[in-house]
Amino acid sequence: MLTDTDLQAIWLTVRLAALTTFILFFIGTPIAWWLARTRSWWKGPFGAVVALPLVLPPSVLGFYLLLAMGPNGPVGQFTQSLGWGTLPFTFWGLVVASVFYSLPFMVQPLQNAFEAIGERPLEVAATLRASPFDTFFSVVLPLARPGFVTAGILSFAHTVGEFGVVLMIGGNIPGVTRVASVQIYDHVEAMEYADAHRLSAVMLAFSFAVLLGMYMRRNTPRKEA
Amino acid sequence: MESIEARFKLDWPGFSLDVDIRLPGRGVTALFGHSGSGKTTLLRCLAGLENPSCGRLVFKGKIWQDDNTWLPTHHRPIGYVFQEASLFPHLSVLGNLHYGQKRSGSASRVSLDTAIELLGIGHLLGRKPDSLSGGERQRVGMARALAVGPEILLMDEPLAALDLKRKKEILPYLERLHDELDIPVIYVSHSPDEVARLADHIVAMDGGRVVAHGPLGETLARLDLPIRLGEDAGVVLDATIGEIDAQWHLARVDFPGGNLWTRDHDLPVGRKVRVRVLARDVSLTLDDPGRSSIQNVHPAVVEAVADDDHPANRLVRVTLGETRLLSRLTRRAVEQLGIVPGLPVRVQVKSVALME
Repeated sequence: MLTDTDLQAIWLTVRLAALTTFILFFIGTPIAWWLARTRSWWKGPFGAVVALPLVLPPSVLGFYLLLAMGPNGPVGQFTQSLGWGTLPFTFWGLVVASVFYSLPFMVQPLQNAFEAIGERPLEVAATLRASPFDTFFSVVLPLARPGFVTAGILSFAHTVGEFGVVLMIGGNIPGVTRVASVQIYDHVEAMEYADAHRLSAVMLAFSFAVLLGMYMRRNTPRKEA
Repeated sequence: MESIEARFKLDWPGFSLDVDIRLPGRGVTALFGHSGSGKTTLLRCLAGLENPSCGRLVFKGKIWQDDNTWLPTHHRPIGYVFQEASLFPHLSVLGNLHYGQKRSGSASRVSLDTAIELLGIGHLLGRKPDSLSGGERQRVGMARALAVGPEILLMDEPLAALDLKRKKEILPYLERLHDELDIPVIYVSHSPDEVARLADHIVAMDGGRVVAHGPLGETLARLDLPIRLGEDAGVVLDATIGEIDAQWHLARVDFPGGNLWTRDHDLPVGRKVRVRVLARDVSLTLDDPGRSSIQNVHPAVVEAVADDDHPANRLVRVTLGETRLLSRLTRRAVEQLGIVPGLPVRVQVKSVALME
């Protein structure tokens, strides 16, 4: 069956994806809300920046992050001044990189969900004495719940599937940065095809299960109010 | 002090609102006009849902908006009923009612129970909005607006999205609100029938401007009303049931200066009612009509004659004592009968709509 290093890699992947998704909920929600509501000129440029990881080769993203987080990069200087050292080749470095890498997968479903809610429920809430802050939690969050589920699943799954960025930022340190996708790569490099098969099958099953769950949920008819 | 002072200026591409008006602080005021006349925009300005570039709003002595003040919507003591009920789909009926009520604190003047009773929705409380009919949804929407204990109720065409059957289902509740609420109601409508039934005061709007306003009866009896009412031109009279003729199922409604027989609606003698007499149902004769199927015939005096929407027609205003009626005649009939102000005539009223 799966080897200990395989299990270690899977566990690391799950931790990385869960933590990334958790952080992304807090970062992605305000960004998506702003993008959904603003009429500012900056909506276009900012939306494009958020979407960049969708089209950018992961190695490019990883390269720039590596420079930024390295000893001479702005992020690196900052983390060093706090006494944290530098982030590349650490688990937290991977988390930061994954947050950037998966950002559009959080923001876009949320933005769509917020836009679909429209102006009216917010106006209704205001006439019922709810402040904008109150409205966000009592009306927007419940109405956008399917969007949050989709965004969470996509961010998690996308982080699990990340490879290029991990190689650039994290390298291949067992238990620290060696995630499942890198582990498979290692197996193949070492001609351990059987091991590569097993781990790949796990990833395939996982990915399919996630998408199946999402599409089945989407196809369940829901009544409109 | 008891009135609502509203002045708004707003410029959008293709539409502008320019209103400076004093609305009465009690009773139902209808904002009446065709679509695009700015009535809904004015209502939204009152609610703080639009932020006009230049505006001043003083509600019973309290400044809600001027150059230095802006009271956001959630701080205004309003109840707002949207055209589509716009219930929160994630909450039950009761959850929707509670939403505003628990946020309005002790300011509740009309309690939740009163609102539920007034709109007759006690049996719906556990249901989800998506399982309600259009009419039920709108009643819940109204109860939700009342449950916050508003000092003013703003209603944006609450019947417009409903079919005739649902409208008939809701109108009695609206009439109850009219009778039982002691807060001012601003009611946006493009339906002359709703206005005739519900309003005490009318603000007629066109092209983002107020073109006429005043007490309903007085304003509708104007011959120079700048909005075209067409077939709906007519007057509304406050009357009392004076007699019931059980044999013929008729009721006599009395008003200062006369009375009219109409179908009996099972209302007791003495009940205050509102009757609507359309100009097209009123004809004039110079002689006693003799044997006629029209049995509501009264002596009256011509007060004024004016042009109507169509060049073939003229509108004639006559007085029966202190009551005024409008009559629509052809221009030819006016010429041939020599109808001029001061002429004594007989009015024949063919039909009367009785509204409780």
